[in-house]
Amino acid sequence: MSDERTLDLLEAKIAELRTLDEIDGMNLGGEIARLETRLEDLRRELYSNLSDWERVRIARHPKRPYALDYVDEILDGFYELHGDRIAGDDRALIAGLARLDGRRVVVLAQQKGRSTEENKERFFGMTRPQGYRKGLRAMAMAERFGFPLLTLIDTPGAYPGLESEELNIGGAIAESLLAMSRLRVPIVSVVIGEGGSGGALAIGVADRVLMLENAVYSVISPEGAAAILWKDKERTREAAAALQLTAAHLEELGLIDGVIPEPLGGAQKDFPRTAAALKDELVGHLDELAARPIDELVRGRYERYRNVGRYRPRTDSDE
Amino acid sequence: MAIFKERQYLRVDVEKERDESLWMKCKSCDELVFKRRVRENNNICPNCGEYFFLTAAERIESLVDEGSFVDDAEPIAADDPLVFVDSRPYAERIEDAQQKTGLADAVVLGRATIGGAPIVIAAMDFRFVGGSMGSVVGEQICRGIEAAVEDERPFVLISSSGGARLQEGLFSLLQMAKTAAARQRLADAGIPFISVMTYPTTGGVQASIASLGDVIIAERGAMIGFAGRRVIENTIAQELPAHFQTDAFAFEHGLVDRVAKREDLRDELATLLGFFVEAA
Repeated sequence: MSDERTLDLLEAKIAELRTLDEIDGMNLGGEIARLETRLEDLRRELYSNLSDWERVRIARHPKRPYALDYVDEILDGFYELHGDRIAGDDRALIAGLARLDGRRVVVLAQQKGRSTEENKERFFGMTRPQGYRKGLRAMAMAERFGFPLLTLIDTPGAYPGLESEELNIGGAIAESLLAMSRLRVPIVSVVIGEGGSGGALAIGVADRVLMLENAVYSVISPEGAAAILWKDKERTREAAAALQLTAAHLEELGLIDGVIPEPLGGAQKDFPRTAAALKDELVGHLDELAARPIDELVRGRYERYRNVGRYRPRTDSDE
Repeated sequence: MAIFKERQYLRVDVEKERDESLWMKCKSCDELVFKRRVRENNNICPNCGEYFFLTAAERIESLVDEGSFVDDAEPIAADDPLVFVDSRPYAERIEDAQQKTGLADAVVLGRATIGGAPIVIAAMDFRFVGGSMGSVVGEQICRGIEAAVEDERPFVLISSSGGARLQEGLFSLLQMAKTAAARQRLADAGIPFISVMTYPTTGGVQASIASLGDVIIAERGAMIGFAGRRVIENTIAQELPAHFQTDAFAFEHGLVDRVAKREDLRDELATLLGFFVEAA
């Protein structure tokens, strides 16, 4: 998206003119309005027909709002909880207690880093076994006190590495899937950026699964699919399209429950508006779920996952 | 393979075998070995002890009481929900795998006994798109679990899978949640679940149903783990020990209860099942 730089320049120019207009009292209103119209046109041109691969790039955009941005904006009194009580604290998966418009919730959120320093600490948002086991603790607490669970998903995937394997990251993900499938409180999960495979699903078994408009959710990254299935690392565009990993595709396939709209160009273009839209959805879904008997909710969640999949009877003509 | 006689598609395999030469070269010791001896020896090289792949049918035959296996699972096949095409169409891959293996998909499911104990057994077949778990494998595992609950028999799962079936996109990822959720049905009913991890048990299968057994047994020579060596080396360029993700590594780090030699696996299961079945 090299044209993004043009947009950035134009935005900077408008801001500059505004400052001049306000501070120096120069009469630049007409010029500003002209540039703003031009900016809108460019935006629409650039963003209205995004390919699936371009959505992947927006989902990974370095300026995209991350989980803690939403936590700060939407929730009140976030009280972070640390550590899995065994091996350490994972900074890529944060857990805590918070209020959503007065409703008490337990939050699990995958957090990427902004700076190199922060990314070192947060392993580029890749969750480690310590994170999933901290998540299990948080889930157990949510159930114990009857607080709904809210999870925000944004990870390239579970962290691949020697220590992860030594601490049985696969086993930790499996335990998390099982725990969420039977947890006796309402669960809402939102993919806010990258939904990277098992590392994302591990905190994404829910009564309602939502996605931001430009978020992606996939069994494998387009790069991984290109390398394995096309044997050509360059063919990420084709892989992204074939995987049907965008919110729109997944809603059409019936695999998610809702898509939260973003401003043209992505959530970072108007963060308060995106956050407000997300908050509305969360409140709506949580209230709806809280009104239902918990047995019915857990049964419904079980059926939802039990019935997922597409297959057909095997007939004699297959053989 | 007398126990499979009534299934036409498995005969194809036998016919094919006849067309190939009587000898094979062991990839481990380079020795030319007599194929029939290898087969009679649980697909273990009679010269150096290297394990060769077992098909799902061979695996089941090697574990259950002779003639006890009944494949009464309703056959279902992949439906290509994304109409997926990579270097070739998924539908074609499926057709080829079906032709090659005589199977509907990467799992064989049925009832049997081991040491007299009635069980439901599901075995994955690595020849079928790497034993990968898509909608069919996920569904058959769940049906196996439900049959085990219905009949009050232990559920035995033999994994041999590289992970999720990539060509089914998110449908295949969600099979992890589906099978993990179904596992609770066994626990609720007090039915034991024995998970046997063989070469390989990795990715989405290791990170879901295979890791949720009451008892987990690794076959000697298994590969067990989530992210493979190449992924780790490519992503974070970390140096890995030689025994990384081997059965010994899994045992050392507490991922599995026990490691069993292929030739001992049947007795191991019989002993374990005997304990649970008597206690029940």
